[in-house]
Amino acid sequence: MVRLPYVTALTTLFSYGLLFAFGQLRDFFRRILDARKPSNLKGYAPICLGLEDFYTRRLYLRIQDCFGRPITSAPDAWFDVVERYSNDCNKTLHRTTATTKCLNLGSYNYLGFAAADEYCTPRVIESLKKYSASTCSVRADGGNTKLHTELELLVATFVGKPAAILFGMGYVTNSAIIPALVGKGGLIISDSLNHNSIVNGARGSGATVRVFQHNNPAHLEEVLREQIAGGQPRTHRPWKKIIVIVEGIYSMEGELCKLPEVISVCKKYKAYTYLDEAHSIGAIGKTGRGVCELLGVDPADVDIMMGTFTKSFGSCGGYIAASNEIIHHLKLTCPAHIYATSMSPPAVQQVISAIKVILGEDGTNRGAKKLAQIRENSNFFRLELQKMGFEVLGDNDSPVMPIMLYNPAKIPAFSRECLRQNVAVVTVAFPATPLLLARARICISASHSREDLIKGLEVISKVGDLVGIKYFPVEQEKTTAVEKLKKIQ
Amino acid sequence: MDMALPVVNATAAVFARVSAAFNAPLARAVVFGVHIDGHLVVEGLLIAVIVFQLSRKSYKPPKKPLTEKEIDELCDEWEPEPLCPPIKEGARIDTPMLESAAGPHTIVDGKEVVNFASANYLGLIGNEKIIDSCIGSLEKYGVGSCGPRGFYGTIDVHLDCESKIANFLGTPDSILYSYGISTIFSVIPAFCKKGDIIVADEGVHWAVQNGLHLSRSTVVYFKHNDMASLASTLEKLTRGNKRAEKIRRYIVVESIYQNSGQIAPLDEIVRLKEKYRFRVILEESHSFGVLGKSGRGLAEHYGVPIEKIDIITAGMGNALATDGGFCSGSVRVVDHQRLSSSGYVFSASLPPYLASAAVSAVNYLEENPSVLANLRSNIALLHKKLSDTPGLEISSHVLSPIVFLKLNKSTGSPTTDLDLLETIADKVLKEDSVFIVTSKKSNLDRCKLPLGIRLFVSAGHTESDISRLSSSLKRVSASVLSDY
Repeated sequence: MVRLPYVTALTTLFSYGLLFAFGQLRDFFRRILDARKPSNLKGYAPICLGLEDFYTRRLYLRIQDCFGRPITSAPDAWFDVVERYSNDCNKTLHRTTATTKCLNLGSYNYLGFAAADEYCTPRVIESLKKYSASTCSVRADGGNTKLHTELELLVATFVGKPAAILFGMGYVTNSAIIPALVGKGGLIISDSLNHNSIVNGARGSGATVRVFQHNNPAHLEEVLREQIAGGQPRTHRPWKKIIVIVEGIYSMEGELCKLPEVISVCKKYKAYTYLDEAHSIGAIGKTGRGVCELLGVDPADVDIMMGTFTKSFGSCGGYIAASNEIIHHLKLTCPAHIYATSMSPPAVQQVISAIKVILGEDGTNRGAKKLAQIRENSNFFRLELQKMGFEVLGDNDSPVMPIMLYNPAKIPAFSRECLRQNVAVVTVAFPATPLLLARARICISASHSREDLIKGLEVISKVGDLVGIKYFPVEQEKTTAVEKLKKIQ
Repeated sequence: MDMALPVVNATAAVFARVSAAFNAPLARAVVFGVHIDGHLVVEGLLIAVIVFQLSRKSYKPPKKPLTEKEIDELCDEWEPEPLCPPIKEGARIDTPMLESAAGPHTIVDGKEVVNFASANYLGLIGNEKIIDSCIGSLEKYGVGSCGPRGFYGTIDVHLDCESKIANFLGTPDSILYSYGISTIFSVIPAFCKKGDIIVADEGVHWAVQNGLHLSRSTVVYFKHNDMASLASTLEKLTRGNKRAEKIRRYIVVESIYQNSGQIAPLDEIVRLKEKYRFRVILEESHSFGVLGKSGRGLAEHYGVPIEKIDIITAGMGNALATDGGFCSGSVRVVDHQRLSSSGYVFSASLPPYLASAAVSAVNYLEENPSVLANLRSNIALLHKKLSDTPGLEISSHVLSPIVFLKLNKSTGSPTTDLDLLETIADKVLKEDSVFIVTSKKSNLDRCKLPLGIRLFVSAGHTESDISRLSSSLKRVSASVLSDY
């Protein structure tokens, strides 16, 4: 829950108002100057009219150097960020060949499989030599290799469902599955903070979409009762089916879903549940099996479990795990299975090897160590940040922790100062978050060592003081681990 | 008579008294120069009654919301449909399993077959240089990129790949997407919003249809690859429409249609686009690296300058033997997508080894343009050899690397047609070890073009491969279709 102090809210609104006013002033002068130049559009309507790209031109371009920073090494715990310069106030950025080694607090590398791994990489290279980089064919035609079948079985057993189906991209998994499951005459109830891929899939399906308040099972029950009693809009016929879509970990809040309550509400009203575990599979739970394991929910109670391989397994692609009938139906109708190139075989091998490491089937206990490490790291980091006085969102055990910034000027200040001190953070603003609630999002990895985390905390604390985001300072009696360490030294 | 008279007298007396009462005080009253008479008072009373009636609310029967108990009953009664329909008998989902790379010769279910099911047009699967560059990338960057492009997912190989493709095509800039089909259904909603007009071919594939649906614009379809239909549609839409200046208008076509193997006549389309002021979005997945003297695509094939095409998109999972997609155009077009294209902003970026494979593939194409001549001669040879297949006819363009065979006469229902074609494909695989596939359709696809057998020709096929395929097809189709 975000506790926004009143003064901060007022100053944030004032800042945005000022930026908006300046933007309009510049647009006004631009219109006057351009009125004299002949237009080179020759009768075509412009690609963006009026205020459609106002935010991009006047607000985003000012701080463009905080986003899209290129790197030249693997996104591991430390990586090389390319330095860029601009000659025209950030409108265009140019690469240089200089790089700086920075601590990586932004990439989704929860279990540390991002860089070359001693078990996974030799096997991936072997599969590359055997199957080559792509099958150039759709899965339903000639793109089905032995690796794909093996991975589907492995994912199904890992997650705890009877069967699974693979796709080459996580975003496409959501956008193409939801239309195959529910169409016109059905109802989709989704959490208000769901990811863009789910929103696109819901829109593309043609079903009616309703939203319930974020993580609020009581409101979900209210919406369900209202909708079942009311029926379809205008005709009032009963709904054909109702699907409730929630996520395991919400990537902008770092919160876990209240899964047991949501499942009990859905069972009571006979709605189907769809769980998107993009960020939680592999990263939470004692053996990495995701939010079901952590919260003690039986996987058989969730109708459809979706996940991606990008975050915890260091690869690309997505999967859906469900009962045999549903997977059979999807293989016959899902467009992503019938029309899209099948997943690249080396990427499939990477996931197979990563799952084997997690389960301990490679003969070592690296998997268990990684899972314990990420849990320890996340809890330590979150506690320290809270002790320092930052406003940190998210639940315990979740490796995603947003630090609230609020004010638009603090976004580039925080980002650039941290980079100057060799810590790379990710800052997120509108439209990925609500306008007033800009934040910096930290993603912890199992490959961060304790020293890395302490260095990160030092830098963030210094920059936080400089920028002024310690909104809830604590009393002086509580000393932090950093100061304790300094005292010992 | 004698009773009426006193009543009449009495009423007359009452009237006289009432009128006297009315007229008496006001008889000589003059207010503001208006002579007040009794009838004015009556009229005033009538107006007051009318105003009173009008000001009262009309009668509406009271609304009674459902009680909690009623809602409970409705919820208990409601029965949802099952999440998926029951499994139909005979619906097959098993596809042949490959056990080696999907090159011109591959191993399927344990035996070696000739592979006509992979869109490996330039024969780049298994190319040594590409595999070496991938190995270098894997060792340096790992497999995945672990982040979207905006948050440290931009690796220098992505930027190199984008500039390489832009240089190769001759456009100012290009942008990379992480999956082939997500390219077109992210590009279309980024540019087309509610209220815009899109004219699209009715034979476009599912990803394009999904993009058109997500864009919420007005979509008008014209007959498949029929330029007269396109011209008349454009004429109808722009005639007399004064607001057309402010609305954005697009034509969406594919260069080589996946569903039929036809090639779009680009010179005609560009002429129409300039006449009616539309922008063109060209989907070049199957023609990039195939058509044109040096493989630069449909624009080079027709000799149209590349600047005339506003937006070019392509998936790299075909000729370039890698995965992902790109979109190319002017700087304004590409920059706009970096913030408003959902498949670019909200998704992890392309794995770096696939981007370096793309760079090596484009390098290979630039250094060895002779591979295109091989591909073209293979296609021509296949056309010649299959021209007299009993029961099947070639319905794709002579230059298309997707050779589309459909039934000479349909049995009447699409399901039986498909069954026949699948029987042919199965027999060809089992008896002659040639791997071919039928075109598959999802029930979400609204394209109504007929299904058939699709053969993907590669520059790596030899003459003997093609002879094997043609003799096998002739034999099997003769036996299977002899009854129809």
